[in-house]
Amino acid sequence: MNARRVLALVGKELKRIIREPANLFMVIVFPLILTLAFGASFGAVGGGESKYNVAVINQDSDLNGVAFLSTLARVEVLSIQNYTDSSSAQLDLQQGRVKAVLTIPPDFTTSIQSYKQSPDAPSKWHNATLSLSIDKGSMVASAAIPPIIQQTLAAMTQATARAGIPIKIGTPTLVDAQKISQFAYMAPGLFGYAAIFLIMIVAQALTTEREQGILRRISVTSTTVGDIFAGHIISNLLLGEVQVAMVFAASYAMGFRPLGGITGVVVAFAAVLMLTISCVGLGLITAAFARNSGTATGISFVFILPLMFLGTFVPAPEYISRLVPTWYASTAIIIAGVIAFRRFGKS
Amino acid sequence: MYSIDIKGLTKRFEDKTAVDDLTLMINEGELFGFLGPNGAGKTVTIKTLCGILKPSSGVAKVNGFDVTKDADQVHKIIGLCPQEPAYYSYLTGRENIEIFGNFQGVPPKILKERITQLIEAVGLGADADRRAGKYSGGMVRRVSLAMALIHDPAVAFLDEPTVSMDPQSRHATWDIIRDLKRRGKTVVLTSHYIEEVEALADRVGIIDKGKLIALGTPAELKERHGASNLEEVFITMTGRKIREES
Repeated sequence: MNARRVLALVGKELKRIIREPANLFMVIVFPLILTLAFGASFGAVGGGESKYNVAVINQDSDLNGVAFLSTLARVEVLSIQNYTDSSSAQLDLQQGRVKAVLTIPPDFTTSIQSYKQSPDAPSKWHNATLSLSIDKGSMVASAAIPPIIQQTLAAMTQATARAGIPIKIGTPTLVDAQKISQFAYMAPGLFGYAAIFLIMIVAQALTTEREQGILRRISVTSTTVGDIFAGHIISNLLLGEVQVAMVFAASYAMGFRPLGGITGVVVAFAAVLMLTISCVGLGLITAAFARNSGTATGISFVFILPLMFLGTFVPAPEYISRLVPTWYASTAIIIAGVIAFRRFGKS
Repeated sequence: MYSIDIKGLTKRFEDKTAVDDLTLMINEGELFGFLGPNGAGKTVTIKTLCGILKPSSGVAKVNGFDVTKDADQVHKIIGLCPQEPAYYSYLTGRENIEIFGNFQGVPPKILKERITQLIEAVGLGADADRRAGKYSGGMVRRVSLAMALIHDPAVAFLDEPTVSMDPQSRHATWDIIRDLKRRGKTVVLTSHYIEEVEALADRVGIIDKGKLIALGTPAELKERHGASNLEEVFITMTGRKIREES
């Protein structure tokens, strides 16, 4: 292999993509449109909720705490999730799995009992505070949940005293929750999705060059088969990375936030790099079977369709998905995100 | 030493013998005209000499290198201008010439000079920086010729290089071919313009149905057949029946 020849072939291949509108559309414009379309359809935008998940940590071991909890559970718009420790409840709030975290203090029953014994003597009450953290991004939740809790408390204590009740709801802590939209789960698959079409690009390039006699003409020069393959692999690796950068930027614009931080992003680029090599290989196989560029387009879909539907963002049984390289790329990106997320203590 | 040395070369394709026991020697620095009707075996012979096709039997050497065993060495010293000009339509004329210079390992400094010289020689001018896909048939031929000669090959195979060229372009191409000869290069030229071959070639070989049926200088062939020009010799030797390539 000769570096100058390979570089010349890489340059030629990149010019082909840039200068031929059909290729430019397939490699650059199509993945962008797709990402934006999916982002708009499945992103964080919209999505009215009929029930609010509320994490409750009951630190009161006595009866009143349990009674308050069961009263809350009967409220139709709340879905009460019981937690034993505060940190996992707060984490789920950060990750958007619950809309609020309510902590019932240990002296809740003492406070209720002091009220029931002397409802008209606030000086004899034992004051307690329910602490509440709410998803800052959910305007509806932050507006609706505190009054609901307040009303439940009032109903439970059957408060009649003008002075109110000894249990207050602390000023809600507003938490910037991480939204995990459906699009966030799809985005890693979209990174791989864009690369799949390189199969067709490679197959068409080679068959066209063969049809036009260019490959034959090159074979009469000092250029080797290794130079030609290296030219295709390197140019398509560059294209794959450009694609993933663009899909990443478009996904980010549509609300996707990589959980793995910089590690996740690096792994995503590396995974797409490996997938691109697989796609170039499949493109070469397609070119070997195709007699002309039209046939190459048709045959390339034999690879493109399974890769698209079994390994990217379309749900499919894992035992089937494992047969296609895109599944490994998408899974690698997802796992990298989760591992990095856990390592930095967020999950 | 002969520049091209062919002994008993035969090339068969399933049911057809394209080249049949061809023996031919071409001297170094000679401009050899290779004539024949359509499908006579000219292009197959050239493709075999370039290492594109493997001979069914026989031996062919270019500057002492066996075209089958030493194909890599042969590729370094030959330049092929194919019958169908193969080029990258999305590259400019200049870029097409440049990439073939890179394929042949021409050093960058020399490459730049050679590109400038060839663009001038083939008369591309400002069109050199337009995409080749927009060129006329004649312009494409001229670029194809420049691509074949960018590494200044010792042996040039020019397979109908002047097809679809206007008279001006043909004359420019003849000047390039004459310059190759002047600089001691071996040139194998095929053409259906027989007067072109008669004017340029030192020696002419006529091939028909895969067999070499005439060989000599244009003057010798005319004298041998009592003809006033080479075309008469050609018709006398190959007949008037219209041939189609199969």
